[in-house]
Amino acid sequence: MADQTSTANAWPANSTPADLIPPGRKRLGWALMIAGTLVLLATIVMQILYKTEVDTIGFYTWRPVVYAYVLWGVALGAWQVLTRGEDGQRALFLLPALLFTIAMVIFPTLFGFYIALTDWNLSSFAGRKFNGLDNFWQMLGDPYYRNALFNMVLYVLAVLVEYVIAFALALLLNAQIRARKFFRVVFLLPLMLSPVAVSWMVGKSLMEYRFGPAATLARHLGWGNPAFFSDPITARISIMVLDAWTFIPFMMIMLLAGLQAMSREVIEAARVDGATTWQTFWQVTFPLMLPVSVTAVILRIIFKLKLADIIITVTSGGPGGATDSVSSFIYREYRDRSNVGYGTMLAMIYLIIIVVFVTWLLKFANRFVRNVN
Amino acid sequence: MSVQTTDYTVSEIRSPAAFVGSRVFIYGALVFWSFVCLFPIYWTITTSFKSAVDVTQGHLIPFVDFQPDWKGWRSLGLSPDSISQTSTVRDEFLKRFMNSVITSVGASSLAIIIGSLAAYGLTRYRYHFAWFKNEDISFFFLSQLILPPVVLALPFLVLYREVALLDTRIGLVLLYTLMVLPIVIWIMRDQFNSIPVELEEAALVDGLSIWGAFFRIVMPIALPGMVAAFILAMVLCWNEYFFAALLTSTDAKTIPVMVASQTGSQGINWWSMAALATAAIAPLAIIGIALERYLIMGMTAGSVK
Repeated sequence: MADQTSTANAWPANSTPADLIPPGRKRLGWALMIAGTLVLLATIVMQILYKTEVDTIGFYTWRPVVYAYVLWGVALGAWQVLTRGEDGQRALFLLPALLFTIAMVIFPTLFGFYIALTDWNLSSFAGRKFNGLDNFWQMLGDPYYRNALFNMVLYVLAVLVEYVIAFALALLLNAQIRARKFFRVVFLLPLMLSPVAVSWMVGKSLMEYRFGPAATLARHLGWGNPAFFSDPITARISIMVLDAWTFIPFMMIMLLAGLQAMSREVIEAARVDGATTWQTFWQVTFPLMLPVSVTAVILRIIFKLKLADIIITVTSGGPGGATDSVSSFIYREYRDRSNVGYGTMLAMIYLIIIVVFVTWLLKFANRFVRNVN
Repeated sequence: MSVQTTDYTVSEIRSPAAFVGSRVFIYGALVFWSFVCLFPIYWTITTSFKSAVDVTQGHLIPFVDFQPDWKGWRSLGLSPDSISQTSTVRDEFLKRFMNSVITSVGASSLAIIIGSLAAYGLTRYRYHFAWFKNEDISFFFLSQLILPPVVLALPFLVLYREVALLDTRIGLVLLYTLMVLPIVIWIMRDQFNSIPVELEEAALVDGLSIWGAFFRIVMPIALPGMVAAFILAMVLCWNEYFFAALLTSTDAKTIPVMVASQTGSQGINWWSMAALATAAIAPLAIIGIALERYLIMGMTAGSVK
């Protein structure tokens, strides 16, 4: 990878041409780079030999490999600067984030794909055993995983309701009102509070069947048996409500920014032409807000696809797995059964589904926005 | 013009009754939603002052319905009368609290540093890493946002065990940095794009190096954006539960994990639970109210052209 690194120059004006760098400096750069690479490779080889018990020299953990990687990153940066002058300094802006992300994402994901193909239960002594696509076939027959995927569809659809509420709130905040700042802060608060702490207090005490104020209120409103988490459908709705409470402000703020960026003249022109408030909204405001809306909804869907903490804390997936999201299901697969191999397979399949879905969503949204405007 | 003005006023205030009606509706809706937002917080705070009877009878208003007491806070060792005594629960709580502070501040700082540098590079220079151009690199960073935590969780569990980072704060800091990095890059790219290139060109002519120009000229201008990104990252890290629950056990446990693990064997101590929840949400509530402007700035970066 390192050899292919090269930066083109955006400002040709005052950069040091590569041939002005003294050869001694270049040689130093190359020496550093080669030394760094050798140290990294040597550490890895030594660890592999030690772990496979070919050799007795080595460390108990793989931690030294991490240090060697960091060292290699530093050597790479120094090599860039020493051999390529200003171009190298430019590459230095990008390198830390790039090396960090590659180490933290690419390697674990590849490793994850390998784990997914093994039968590996951390609590059994058998250890890791390659078993090909067995996990995949097991997954196809797993009704709980199918149910979790189906729940994700429902949870994602709930975003539309959240969007309507968020839009209404943004319109309210954009109206001619007093104490706008106060209301904005209050409406924003739920987003900042720990979903675990709040959903714990709300889900387990506010919505408690016997004494929770929400249950009492529901009884007063004529719902005789306000059990929020005991039958599958109500439980799902309760989870959606808890999650919506946290994340509606997020969409609201984006939509509010969109409303405020919209020029007032357009709306006033519509008014002058005799349009009612209702018509103005549907024919002027809403179409103009479409790009912002699409961004807000897509970002929200991306966050929704990660939903786990509220479900884990409030229902642990119950009743009978009815409220499980994919993430919370896999979490319990690991926590309760230590089934790393199978859990990882589920996660990897979920990743593939998400990537396909989000790619499709972005394409679809692009076309949608273009067609309407 | 005058015709338009009268026309506008007529449609705006059709009749006094309609005007009052719309005002009542707007303020009614605002107050209703404020109630929805605030009541759970109110409930959490007041419950920390209730005794068991007051909780189970659903008492709501302090001094009217029930007599507030430091019960919840005493069980955490944080009430006025127990603050001077030694308390194992308080030590435990403070340890978790410090873990949360260290991991979220550490991860946000690290993400701001490497994220700002990368965002600056991407907005100012053109790179070719093999066949990857700037757009591809940006997409690579931003696409990490899609990656659900659950995909990385189990591989990290295994890898962290191998490199002895399991149940350490450093381990969490690294993961949280990864989690907020796309957001930081997104916000900072927007920031740097809004700063005219001419400023740096002038600085370079005056003899500053490109890193000098970045630190002396660009950074001070981009500081509000950095604060915005930092606060947003803080919020996300402080509230993170999934990774913390999987990857920590005794040493590096954070506040959300402590909150979630309170369902003891002998039923739930509502008051201590509520006190704990209050302590978990208080820091961010204060930061949020004080620095709301920056939070909004961070969230709306790049969404409105």
